[in-house]
Amino acid sequence: MATSFSRRGHLLLLLLAAVASACLGTAAANQAGSGEGYTIAGRIKIDGANVKGFGLPAKTSNTKVILNGGQRVTFARPDGYFAFHNVPAGTHLIEVSSIGYFFSPVRVDISARNPGYIQAALTETRRALNELVLEPLKEEQYYEVREPFSVMSLLKSPMGLMVGFMVLMVFVMPKMMENIDPEEMKQAQEQMRNNPVSFSSLLSRAQG
Amino acid sequence: MAAPPRRPLLVFLAGLLLVASLATLAEAIYEDQVGLADWHQKYIGKVKQAVYHSQKSGRRRVVVLTEENVLSSLDLRSGDIFWRHVIDKNDPLDQLSLSLGKYVITLSSGGTILRAWNLPDGQMIWETNLQTSTASDPQLLIMSNNKVAKDNLVLVSAGRWIYAVSSIDGAISWEKEFSFDGLEIKQVFQSSENDIVYAVGISGSSKLALYQLSAKTGEILKDVQESIPGELCGEVVLGSDDVLVALNKARSSLFLIEFKSERISYNKVHLSDLVQDLSGTFKLQSLSNGIIALQTSSAVSLLKLKGTDGLEVVQRFDQPAALSDALTITEKDEAFAIVQHVGSQIEFLVKFTSDISSESIREKVNIDQNRGNVEKVFLNSYIRTDKSHGFRALVVMEDHSLLLIQQGEVVWSREDGLASIVDVTTSELPVEKDGVSVADVEHNLFEWLKGHMLKLKGTLMLANADEVAAIQALRLKSSEKNKMTRDHNGFRKLLIVLTKAGKVIALHTGDGRIVWSNLLPSLRASRFGGIPSALRIYQWQVPHHSVMRENPSVLVVGKSGAESSAPGVFSILDSYSGEELNSMKLDHSVVQIIPLTLKDSSEQRLHLIVDSNSNAHLYPKSPDALDVFLHEMSNLYFYSVDIQTNVIRGYSLQKSCDINGDEYCFGTKELWSIIFPSDSERIAISETRKMNEVVHTQAKTIGDHDVMYKYLSKNLVFVATMSPKAAGDIGSALPEEASLVAYLIDAVTGRILHRVTHHGAQGPVHAVLSENWVVYHYFNLRAHRFEMAVIEIYDQSRADNKDVMKLILGKHNLSAPITSYARPEVVVKSQSYFFTHSVKAMAVTQTAKGITSKQLLIGTIGDQVLALDKRYLDPRRSANPTQQEKEEGIIPLTDSLPIIPQSFVTHSHQVEALRGIVSIPAKLESTTLVFTYGVDLFYTQLAPSRTYDSLTDEFSYALLLITIAVLVAAIIATWIWSEKKELRDKWR
Repeated sequence: MATSFSRRGHLLLLLLAAVASACLGTAAANQAGSGEGYTIAGRIKIDGANVKGFGLPAKTSNTKVILNGGQRVTFARPDGYFAFHNVPAGTHLIEVSSIGYFFSPVRVDISARNPGYIQAALTETRRALNELVLEPLKEEQYYEVREPFSVMSLLKSPMGLMVGFMVLMVFVMPKMMENIDPEEMKQAQEQMRNNPVSFSSLLSRAQG
Repeated sequence: MAAPPRRPLLVFLAGLLLVASLATLAEAIYEDQVGLADWHQKYIGKVKQAVYHSQKSGRRRVVVLTEENVLSSLDLRSGDIFWRHVIDKNDPLDQLSLSLGKYVITLSSGGTILRAWNLPDGQMIWETNLQTSTASDPQLLIMSNNKVAKDNLVLVSAGRWIYAVSSIDGAISWEKEFSFDGLEIKQVFQSSENDIVYAVGISGSSKLALYQLSAKTGEILKDVQESIPGELCGEVVLGSDDVLVALNKARSSLFLIEFKSERISYNKVHLSDLVQDLSGTFKLQSLSNGIIALQTSSAVSLLKLKGTDGLEVVQRFDQPAALSDALTITEKDEAFAIVQHVGSQIEFLVKFTSDISSESIREKVNIDQNRGNVEKVFLNSYIRTDKSHGFRALVVMEDHSLLLIQQGEVVWSREDGLASIVDVTTSELPVEKDGVSVADVEHNLFEWLKGHMLKLKGTLMLANADEVAAIQALRLKSSEKNKMTRDHNGFRKLLIVLTKAGKVIALHTGDGRIVWSNLLPSLRASRFGGIPSALRIYQWQVPHHSVMRENPSVLVVGKSGAESSAPGVFSILDSYSGEELNSMKLDHSVVQIIPLTLKDSSEQRLHLIVDSNSNAHLYPKSPDALDVFLHEMSNLYFYSVDIQTNVIRGYSLQKSCDINGDEYCFGTKELWSIIFPSDSERIAISETRKMNEVVHTQAKTIGDHDVMYKYLSKNLVFVATMSPKAAGDIGSALPEEASLVAYLIDAVTGRILHRVTHHGAQGPVHAVLSENWVVYHYFNLRAHRFEMAVIEIYDQSRADNKDVMKLILGKHNLSAPITSYARPEVVVKSQSYFFTHSVKAMAVTQTAKGITSKQLLIGTIGDQVLALDKRYLDPRRSANPTQQEKEEGIIPLTDSLPIIPQSFVTHSHQVEALRGIVSIPAKLESTTLVFTYGVDLFYTQLAPSRTYDSLTDEFSYALLLITIAVLVAAIIATWIWSEKKELRDKWR
């Protein structure tokens, strides 16, 4: 815990105030493209330790960070840092696209009244972020996982159930026979002897 | 009292088994099924810059930059992609260079963003934002042999700024803004002997400024300005070490400017003295040692500089040719390549700048005629085993393909035109001529059983690694899916795609291979002055019945210029061979193309092309087609959406036309128009139903046995408008000033059936319309999340028909003609949900009969395609559904739509720069074919309600056979046993 804190540092929500103070409004806006606006800087943290099953370390090389639905796109550096420069004050949306991970979009508010004040919150969970460290909410598994072969799965299949039922009957039926009244039993046996019904005759009847 | 007969039991058992095996089929696929029904192809687009690795590194790689905004590292031996980054279109890549042999440096967004990428794996190392005004022509220079530190400075010039950036960490070493008014720096170069950087800029049209800067500090050592009479057009190249060559505005003469001395001195040379018949646009290119190339569309001239005194023509190539940059071979000597067309071949020439008149290499290479002209050449050298220099070159062709030429042969080629698909259609494959017996396919029963035993082992997870590999190989080997004939299930088709370069390519759905390709002559830029653009591709003739013997054909429509009034071009191609059957240049422009449902006697589909004068032209131009058309003309209406003027107009057709004597031309009459107030609403998107969509049921039975009739009209149009402030990007508008209005409009009458306003909503809007519903995606500024809304529209006028008595007595209105003019009584239901991602494209699955439930195909910002069941977008969802509704399958309402990773149809692939999703019905009702294109291509088969009508590959026949065998054996055993028992009983 302590190590990770020191590694992250404190200045993740960096804010560089405008060159000619954005409060001046029109005066700053006239300077076409040169330096008005703020910088949104943050970090993407994909924990390699969490990766189950894959032997590969989590790679940031194909992680894209998208501002406002595609207005600007940047890539994460090897250490996970990214930055957007010259972002005007307002409410913005940051999305992270990385195959295999699900990231929540982040709402970033840059205050126009007090320059240097930025708020960030995950839109999926509405959790506010103290520092702009984006972590995947979950890993995405794109494939169905094959169930390993097990006796239970075989038993659960319809055929297994049928076999199970039959086996059950083999053991339970004699028990049930025991409970029947001996006189009734004798009567039934008598009946059976009088009209013998056999499996072979059943078969021949079915064929006929 | 008879026991159930045994035979039906057997069938029942088999049935149970079947159900059991189907139940295990999930929507998603298993990892070992990848590549069975799907394929993924990676492309990069048309290469515009290429930089080779240095020979020392030993790796044979090339880094390229393409017009699709892709940065990629390719293997020079095979053309395979090592790594690739697709950069957003908003951030166009301008320049590319290598630094220190291990970094790739790119400059993008008009010289404001500088990035460094790790050469071996493509990881971004650093990114530096430069504060410049975006310039049209930013320059990038990597300084060499800087002895100050073990660091190569990267010089970036854009507009009035020059930045020097460390190539190791991207830190800005120094920056310089020149105070000279309106200056635009055109050239930055380093002198070979000392640490001096020269910057040449032009201000206005006649002022030339030259600066000498210290490479270490950026301090201005010297600056000279000179006014040049006769205006400069801005094109300046470095002719030799001390002479600049600039073109004047009239593009008729060159200025030779000497700049190394104290004062700038210049000399003017008329181009007409050097090169005759100079017409059209041309390009100046500097090779080293005072050689300058002048490139026009039809010829290349090599000029040699004689100090500032003048120029002389050294050589002239009259064929269309391409020229590479100069490549340093030795200290003094540099080589360059010229590739020109000679007959059906191309000729590859390598020359040294020291001896311009002779060639080092002259090789003839045979290439595919469907590739067009050579557009770009990138030369590279290598050391042969005998220590001499060998040359190879990457050649970019007119169809955007990339070839590597070495030793007179094409080593590999990449069909990169497929990165820029404009439109897609499909065609059936030919019918199999001779019936192939089952024995041919399953040639050996033993082999067949063995295969199925293996598969059984695989399903039961009993197979070892070798066997798993064997199963995989067996599956891929089954060539069934790659045959060139029509199959029973309709999975095998041709995907016919039209690319930006005007090339038509047919891909086989089985494995994505190219069956044929044709670079259409009518869409080639070299033939006409203007730049032609390919527009759309349609099915022209789909033979049935009487013309079964004929091949199907496709229609390609294009424009011969960029402006809307440019005349159209029209071409018909055979779907099986790609041969051009007919090609014509239209005498009118193409504004709108309307494929009609009508067909003439030869099964050619009728098309109306509306020109810029609002005249409609009928194709094909045959009397037969005209008869069919005139018969139906009074029932034909069309509409147009004009985003510029914010108007939707509906038209009918009239017989008369402005052009006299053309009986295939029809006038149009405006019937209605909807004018949106420009100050509050701007049209963002309009969407209509797919023409080929089939709807199976007109009614929907709801839980309480009530019936709702869908409002199914082919004329339903969905239009979304946005307030002007909300038209920009997400951060730009406040919730109070943004709104989105959704309309459902009947396109025949112009009647607005439904209108709904979403306050605080913003674009971009994506929509899909199908059956009686529309789903659209937008951004909710209040919640700051993306939202998807659904509108379902039901016909109320038919709601009374559920009374059985009325139906029997004939008092229903089911047989009443349905007309668009009748005032529809409609009921609309709608609902909206949150959706996590931005959306790039949206489509809906299409099946042959429309019975299978629908899935939305959503192309997300991560370039993946998500299949989302339509049941999630059902306005009748509620938080606590009643028992009846639960039975009906209504999902309890949640505030956001679920994203289940297994329902990504692209699974672990990304379709980079995704642009379009097409769903094509297969013959098998349960299955639809999905083709997704962007820079990459992806194809897969999808079964939205699972494959209920066929057994899949996964089905284990062996298990079925074994079960049947065991059951039969058991029956026989019981029978014998019973017989014996009976006999014993009788003897008793």
